[in-house]
Amino acid sequence: MKILVAVKRVIDYNVQIRVKEDGTGVVTDNVKMSTNPPDDNAIEEAVKIKEAGKATEVVAVTVGEEKAQETVRKALAVGADRGIHVKVDGILEPLAVSKILQKIVDKEKPDLVFMGKQAIDDDCNQTGQMLSALLNWPQATFASKIDVKDNKLEVTREIDEGLETIEINVPAIVTCDLRLNEPRYASLPNIMKAKKKPIEEIAASDLDVDVSPRLEQLKVEEPPKRKAGIKVANVAELVQKLKNEAKVI
Amino acid sequence: MSRESMEYDVVIIGGGPSGLSTAIKLKQLDPNLNICLLEKASEIGAHILSGNVFETRALDELLPNWRELNSPIKTKVTKEKFLFLGKTKSLSWPTWLLPKVQQNHKNYIISLANLCRWLAEQAENLGVEIFPGFPASEILYNEDGSVKGVATQDMGIDKDGNKKDSFEPGIELLGKVTVFAEGCRGHLGKQLIEKFELNKDKDPQQYGIGFKEIWEIEDKNHEEGLVMHTAGWPLDNNTYGGSFMYHAENKQVFLGYVIGLDYKNPHLSPYDEFQRFKTHPAIKKIIEGGKRISYGARALIEGGFQSLPKMFMPGALLVGCDAGTLNMPKIKGSHTAMKSGIIAAETINEHLKENKDLSIYEDKFKNSWLHKELYEARNVKPSFSWGLILGIIFTGIDQIIFRGNLPFTLKHKHADHETLKPANQMPKIDYPKYDNVITFDKTSSVYLTGTNHADNQPVHLKLKDPDLPINYTLEKFDEPAQRYCPAGVYEVQKENDVNKFVINSQNCIHCKTCDIKEPSQNITWVTPEGSGGPRYGNM
Repeated sequence: MKILVAVKRVIDYNVQIRVKEDGTGVVTDNVKMSTNPPDDNAIEEAVKIKEAGKATEVVAVTVGEEKAQETVRKALAVGADRGIHVKVDGILEPLAVSKILQKIVDKEKPDLVFMGKQAIDDDCNQTGQMLSALLNWPQATFASKIDVKDNKLEVTREIDEGLETIEINVPAIVTCDLRLNEPRYASLPNIMKAKKKPIEEIAASDLDVDVSPRLEQLKVEEPPKRKAGIKVANVAELVQKLKNEAKVI
Repeated sequence: MSRESMEYDVVIIGGGPSGLSTAIKLKQLDPNLNICLLEKASEIGAHILSGNVFETRALDELLPNWRELNSPIKTKVTKEKFLFLGKTKSLSWPTWLLPKVQQNHKNYIISLANLCRWLAEQAENLGVEIFPGFPASEILYNEDGSVKGVATQDMGIDKDGNKKDSFEPGIELLGKVTVFAEGCRGHLGKQLIEKFELNKDKDPQQYGIGFKEIWEIEDKNHEEGLVMHTAGWPLDNNTYGGSFMYHAENKQVFLGYVIGLDYKNPHLSPYDEFQRFKTHPAIKKIIEGGKRISYGARALIEGGFQSLPKMFMPGALLVGCDAGTLNMPKIKGSHTAMKSGIIAAETINEHLKENKDLSIYEDKFKNSWLHKELYEARNVKPSFSWGLILGIIFTGIDQIIFRGNLPFTLKHKHADHETLKPANQMPKIDYPKYDNVITFDKTSSVYLTGTNHADNQPVHLKLKDPDLPINYTLEKFDEPAQRYCPAGVYEVQKENDVNKFVINSQNCIHCKTCDIKEPSQNITWVTPEGSGGPRYGNM
């Protein structure tokens, strides 16, 4: 079984996001970038399945600018066998990414495609679902547990009501939740070895995919600042304020 | 426990200006050398914080074509100001009356973090292997006592010291020569200085704490290329310190404050002095209407020539501020750090090729402009122990008339942890409330640093005696860690009427001030898990 894992380069989750003054986006210059956190879980799970002898190859793929390759390199350092970097500049919407991934799936013919449940930059939570539709493959989203059983997967999903366990046929798409596993650290010798693993570079323009945005972004702005809280003297005052001022009870 | 080991010709600890310059120069001298550079931050530059007005002298020697390599050195200094601040007034000091070392017209306003990112690119292009996210936590020695290399920090240990599922043991990195370039108060450098008695017959090292904020300000207040320094308010005559304000590109100003850690009053809060400083009319009018976008702090070395330890030992060298090459009156350490790295590389190359002893580092250092610079600067900082006014008068005579060549050398008398007076003998300081416009509390400041340490790991701020803070330091000095820490790591909390000393180590921005200033030297800073600490952008 072959697993394709899609990874995305995003602003590191510890960085305080700053909106550009002209409202065209957020500041990315000199900002620490990292792999989208749930994508790390996706890679970890694929590598674990391979280590358990249930998969033969793990291929990491990213779609993005030149530096996005770092994300693939990191995936290689924690156990992916080889990488693919589809190069494209500018803003990419989930539809464009899923169309590109569809082409990669056609080429690589994996049995499973893993990725994070959503990216922490645009929070779209669409690419996995769209890819599932384009390929007409079954999907399991928000996976917090994956059991590989012959040609089936048993997947536990994190849903609003609690946990849901479903069984799906392979080939399939799985989007991974942060609870799925604890991603390993890349060790120094493995980072060295990863430098020698192959990464295939593909220009998005060679894939015959229309990546032009379908949405027009009008403006990016910061959320309004929270007002300072107040201290109330007693419960009666609190109730009175909730009733008359906040009007929530 | 057996660890994997990897062998290199040279292992460098720290990806700041000195370590990166060592790496680049080594590769220029011999492209076949295997060089590995470790950095504790998540990426090169993320733990770098500096003013910075940059003198290009060392870079001109290292990469003479830097102007053609798309370097982040763009903003030339166009105008200079020096102000003496009173509580509400300010007096402008003519720049032609400043000592030559404080004139900056040939220099550039830069972000040192960005310079390091760029230097790292140059080093990688030359084949240096750079590993961010790997703190060197331990020095390894050969049987003959010489330095053999370092071990990186184990990853995946929980707060009780047990191995987690993700446990990944450290790696031993062995070098024919190991170069320590950790910056001010490097935790391994500190051990080496002690073990090899590198500071024997030297004055005690002197430190300062430097704060920096980046503000995006209104167009009308911005004057790209303007460099301004102040002395005076809010510090009293007996506390050493001053401010900087550099107008950089993109309507940003780099605003900062440095306070000598030899201050005496345990009630003093360096952080609050900096916040208060910003409310001075001469400063406020520039940043008003602007937005603070970055905050950070870092200890810096001020001891200079008299305190500079021997920089070589069997198997290893100290470079940059791991030794203490900052030029205090110049308020610059980047070019000197880089120069010390260049000299270290030349030393190592001759050591490896011609089997020369590493002690030639000292001869090379003595014959360089770096030595001359530090020698001429040596009397400025100690003269300020007589107070601001006498310090300025002496510095004028020493630097303008004698150009640093007076026939005597003033001494640093005390280490910074010895200078605090008991709390009950010193006046309490009433700091103004934060207005959240110009001044801010520590929590919202630390938030801007992007600091994080992985949860559930051992506390990396070690107490030699865990009871000392409450049983002694609180009573005698009102536990000054609550105030000297620029990130609010240390708190004294009352629980059921019992005082408790709390260490919020996840907030630590790796400035090392606690390791320096704790009056009983009870706090030791050790490396946390890799990638921990701040994620500074263009600091």
